[in-house]
Amino acid sequence: MELSGTPQKTVTAREAGLVACTRCTRAWPLGTDVCGRCGATLVSRDAMSLQKVWALWVMGLMCYVPANMYTMLRTQQLFDVNESTIVGGAVELVHHGAFGVAAIILIASVLIPLGKFWAIAFLAISVRSHTGFTSQRRLLMYEVVEYIGRWSMIDIFVVAILSALVQLHGLVSITPGPAAFFFALSVIFTMLSAQAFDPRMIWDAQLNDDEAPEHV
Amino acid sequence: MMRYMLRMSEVADLSHAPLEELIVCPACDATYQLQRPKPGERAVCARCHKILIEPRKKAGMQIIAVAIAVVVLIIAASVFPFLQISAAGRSNSVSIIDAALSFTEGPMLVLSLLTAGFIIFVPLLRMLLTLYVLIPVVLDRPPARYAVRAFRLSEAMRPWSMAEIFALGCAVALVKVADLATVSFGPAFWMFGVLVVLVIAQDGYMCKWSVWNSLEHPKKR
Repeated sequence: MELSGTPQKTVTAREAGLVACTRCTRAWPLGTDVCGRCGATLVSRDAMSLQKVWALWVMGLMCYVPANMYTMLRTQQLFDVNESTIVGGAVELVHHGAFGVAAIILIASVLIPLGKFWAIAFLAISVRSHTGFTSQRRLLMYEVVEYIGRWSMIDIFVVAILSALVQLHGLVSITPGPAAFFFALSVIFTMLSAQAFDPRMIWDAQLNDDEAPEHV
Repeated sequence: MMRYMLRMSEVADLSHAPLEELIVCPACDATYQLQRPKPGERAVCARCHKILIEPRKKAGMQIIAVAIAVVVLIIAASVFPFLQISAAGRSNSVSIIDAALSFTEGPMLVLSLLTAGFIIFVPLLRMLLTLYVLIPVVLDRPPARYAVRAFRLSEAMRPWSMAEIFALGCAVALVKVADLATVSFGPAFWMFGVLVVLVIAQDGYMCKWSVWNSLEHPKKR
């Protein structure tokens, strides 16, 4: 796609014997530990990156399972108690005819988290073995994951607002269930997992791909 | 709005260039000779198209003004009543603090602290740090003590500032409540709406590279 878009070869900081600060873009000689401009820790490539990504990824997935099995919202209306899970709550909304809101909930708490798990795993694997995706596309994927991941917290905020607001004693009250706790943890772990990924590895993998076929 | 794009194209001539005259793309590690775009232009990485520098005219003053407005709004929006519901003669009104602190049982308390952090304290702290760092820079004074550390902290907190997500959460919650009870908005609701718009605008104005650069080379009077 971008074959003609890069007229001259780019030089990476690592090839040039430099190490870059990913926070403030300043270059330093290879081996410098701390950025002299912004004070961030410098690493040419984070060797532990993939391990951290996978560890946090697994934690996120482990929290995501109970988040979907336990109760998210407990609604008490007079003597009638109704407990609903994340998906159950969205289905209820559909029965009430609120399709738009049901879609927001389903996208934010099912589609985005599952998509994120898939995307982070794909990126982490693609660094090690060849995939059909160009580096540009994988970087775009990484940026989308980083940007969109936070939006999953919306369900937690909805539960927080509802359980604070709907407290009409004896008439109707809403309390949060344990799923809220696990869901929040799952979102936080996947956000940390995405942050632990070093996008510079995407490009290193591509360089290796370019060189590999001639030798194999 | 069309803006002229300056492609970072000059691959660094590493034998001569001092390190100060280089810029490295944080996403793909490509190294370039630093080319300073004029206000309104942006410098883009030729390989991965990440925006590296995006200066704007008088951005500093605008950011400071917006940050002050946001600080005032966050404090006001947290204290005033936010939403009120009523049904069959009973009513309940809550502030944003009440909403954030609604998880109270056992381990849920941790969740309360996290939500309060995400929607009130992190956005507030980020704005205060921004003011602390930028006011001396914009006034052409030497940077404040620990300004570098403050700006680094503010940048690290960026993904954890979730005021705008909370705002969409309100909309969803309102629809859910609508058939249980009547909902009315308190003054804090509108303040929070304005706040979200300002926070998003703020992120667009800020050119991180320019801030780091001016912290490294403060203008001398």
